[in-house]
Amino acid sequence: MPNATNIALIPLLPLAGFILLGLFGRKYGKNKAGLIGTALLLGSTLLALYTAYDYFFVYGKVNGVYQQFVPLKITWLAFSKEMSIDMGLVIDPISVMMLLVVTFVSLMVHIYSLGYMKGEERFPTYYAFLGLFTFSMLGLVLASNIFQLYIFWELVGVSSFLLIGFYYDKPSAVAASKKAFIVTRFADLGFLIGILVLSYFSGTFDFQTLIARLTSPESNEVKTAVASTFLGVSALSWGAALVFIGGAGKSAMFPLHIWLPDAMEGPTPVSALIHAATMVVAGVYLVARLFPVFSVTTPAVLEIIGWVGAVSAIIAAVIACTQTDIKRVLAYSTMSQIGYMMFALGVSHYGGEAGLGYTASMFHLFTHAMFKALLFLGAGAVIHSVHSNEMKDMGGLRKKLPITHFTFLVACLAIAGVPPFAGFFSKEEILLAAYQHNTPIYWVALITSGLTAFYMFRLYFSIFWNKPREVPGEHSAATGNHGEGGFVMMLPLVLLGTGAAAAGFIPFGEYVSTDGKALESHFHLSFSIAPVALGLAGILTALWMYAKASDRPAKLAASLGGLYRAAYRKFYIDELYLFITKKILFNLVGRPAAWFDRNIVDGLMNLTGNTTVLVSERIKKFQSGKVQQYAIFFLGAVVLLAVLFIYVWK
Amino acid sequence: MMEPGLYHILFISTALFFIGVLGFLTRRNLITMLMSIELILNSVNLNFIAFNKYVWPGKMDGLFFTLFIIAIAAAEAAVAIAIIINLYRSSQSIDVNNAEDLKY
Amino acid sequence: MINGSTILFYLLAALTLCCGILSISTRQIFRAAIYLLFSLIGVAGLYFWLAYEFIAAVQIVVYVGGIVVLIIFSIFLTQQAGEKLPKQRLDRKIWATLAAFCGFALTLLQVVQHEFPPVIPQAPVTVRGIGEKMLSTGAGGYALPFEIISMLLLAAMVGCIVIALRSKPETK
Repeated sequence: MPNATNIALIPLLPLAGFILLGLFGRKYGKNKAGLIGTALLLGSTLLALYTAYDYFFVYGKVNGVYQQFVPLKITWLAFSKEMSIDMGLVIDPISVMMLLVVTFVSLMVHIYSLGYMKGEERFPTYYAFLGLFTFSMLGLVLASNIFQLYIFWELVGVSSFLLIGFYYDKPSAVAASKKAFIVTRFADLGFLIGILVLSYFSGTFDFQTLIARLTSPESNEVKTAVASTFLGVSALSWGAALVFIGGAGKSAMFPLHIWLPDAMEGPTPVSALIHAATMVVAGVYLVARLFPVFSVTTPAVLEIIGWVGAVSAIIAAVIACTQTDIKRVLAYSTMSQIGYMMFALGVSHYGGEAGLGYTASMFHLFTHAMFKALLFLGAGAVIHSVHSNEMKDMGGLRKKLPITHFTFLVACLAIAGVPPFAGFFSKEEILLAAYQHNTPIYWVALITSGLTAFYMFRLYFSIFWNKPREVPGEHSAATGNHGEGGFVMMLPLVLLGTGAAAAGFIPFGEYVSTDGKALESHFHLSFSIAPVALGLAGILTALWMYAKASDRPAKLAASLGGLYRAAYRKFYIDELYLFITKKILFNLVGRPAAWFDRNIVDGLMNLTGNTTVLVSERIKKFQSGKVQQYAIFFLGAVVLLAVLFIYVWK
Repeated sequence: MMEPGLYHILFISTALFFIGVLGFLTRRNLITMLMSIELILNSVNLNFIAFNKYVWPGKMDGLFFTLFIIAIAAAEAAVAIAIIINLYRSSQSIDVNNAEDLKY
Repeated sequence: MINGSTILFYLLAALTLCCGILSISTRQIFRAAIYLLFSLIGVAGLYFWLAYEFIAAVQIVVYVGGIVVLIIFSIFLTQQAGEKLPKQRLDRKIWATLAAFCGFALTLLQVVQHEFPPVIPQAPVTVRGIGEKMLSTGAGGYALPFEIISMLLLAAMVGCIVIALRSKPETK
């Protein structure tokens, strides 16, 4: 059986770090803060590893099926006998898998930041925030109750806000953190309503009970939920769709993705941790957690999820091809890969072989965390060395940053889906699932995978090969005297690189599947030819265009004209949002509301205030501070009252 | 009527009371105001004693009230004079018009 | 029927009231204190006349010997000798006199209209009786108020010291 103390300690150690560093870090632990945070997280990681080993190989499997355990459950807020918000821990394949991912990537980022953030003024604060984030993310992963998940969901949002806005004296970082917070809050509103709808019809917040009640078509809960409709759609579908909106907001799915590229204003390790490997997959995790409900009861919503994922994947891939800021390229790449995970869930079904998409999605989540964190950390090393995010300031760095170069190449190969790197296996499974269940999505995914290879290698060649365009000797990368950063920055790169290269060989289907039974992953060699060929084509195109400085990219951009410009401007989605919020919302809703507030609400307040002032102006003479005057009033009043009581009101 | 009794004493105490009130209202010096208050307290004492003697002669409650009032008056006078001296130190005057701090 | 007792009473009453009026009307503060002294002695005389010798003694000891002396001290501390008190505003005087007179008339009217029960003469209280009653804890005893008054006096004493000391650091 799972050991509740060990598992509870996994999120609590980073929390302890947060409290410790948050309260005392600035005063006492200026230099020790990073080491303390890292040490605590190392403890967490070891516990997570132990838990995973214990679960997958010792007690988890009963009769060939991985069971779900709830080793700890504390009723925190009981609304009624059935409805209560609990604080619990849930142990099942996906939560254990996520535990591993979160603690491992977080540990890598902690170690990496020791070098990257060195000398930062608010170093302890940074580590405190990292601890808070890790705690909330782990709490989210382990939540046994949908409301508990929501609480940690919001905590994750807050810590993400804090970390994006870490450089709070930079206006763009402040704006980005606000944008991220508002957009995800907006989506969370949908999530909250979705939670309320689902729990209203199922009568519980508890995941196990909720899923059990909402997935058996004969149950009363499903019948009433299906019977009550709104705008012709059953309440249950509304609930599921709203929950998905929350997930889409957090996971930066189209059209709620606009915050993710801006979130790159945060420190680069933070981008690696939050906006690549962990927080943004929370939406995927949420859908996976409620997957039985989606697939059994509301297949229509699952269909929507699939298409949202596919559209996000291809749009993001196209945009990524045109961006010049390397972190933005990676951001769009993240969005694209999460789109993959989403549509993999969308094309999946519950149980058996048909659940391949689910397994593939989780597998891709796992591998993606490795290589995307690696890419970001590598990009961080590059930025650390050239002090710029722009591609044009880079080039020819392969000699100067050999380890970074090598690990970055591994990550690029992994994400491009070149065998035998990790991305290949997970992507093949996703494509296979899509091919089996939804052909249009398969084609979209196939094109996207070609684009992925292209833009990743565009990035790779631009950074490490393409000679700088400036005249040598002027401000060029070669003259910078920053090395690769120390051992602490290279160690995570190497570890993650190993993961990105080897993680694909884990027989993932055996551990994670929709129903807990082992799932055989098949390899159809003939099936793999198309995506791999496309990937190689993308790489070769990138090689042809970017390996040497040339005017080929510019020519191509010119020939594509409008499309290029539209993609470069991110398909004008930001502008559209601005138009809607500024022109429509502000003018039509904000202005009248402001007028009403200023004139009616404030007017009433001012009226009462002014009346009071007027009255008090009149009567303040009475309070002169002269004792004798008071005494006269007092005596006069006593005499008057005496007369009244004795003669008038006998 | 000429035989002095309760009414006569009540007349004296009433007169003394309002003399005190008049003094309190017309004086501007804090010490003389304090004197007026002593007059008022004395009229009250006289009242208690008179009622004790003429209405409830078997009891001693009026007498004790008088005793306690005298004790309290002593305390009051002491505190009042401490305040007056303090005020004098801060404003070099014991004119009641200068002591308008009650306003704040 | 005029006897010595009656004459004494009227003399005492006249002393009390006249000195009271003079005390509040004279414009020399030291004289005001002396008139107050005589007014208080008059009241003490009335207590004697009413056969409450103990109260009369307390009155003289506390008021005449204590409070008036205290007042005279404070006059010396705060007042330039021989200086006349400033005049009060006339309207204030008129209003105050009016209010006081109305109150006086009203109270007197009530007193005169009220019928008091006839007097039953009793043996005068002895000091021994007062002492026993004052320290009695039984029904009608005054032990508790006595203790409370002692606490009050202590508090007043401490309070006086605190108030008087308060501005000392500034003067240093």
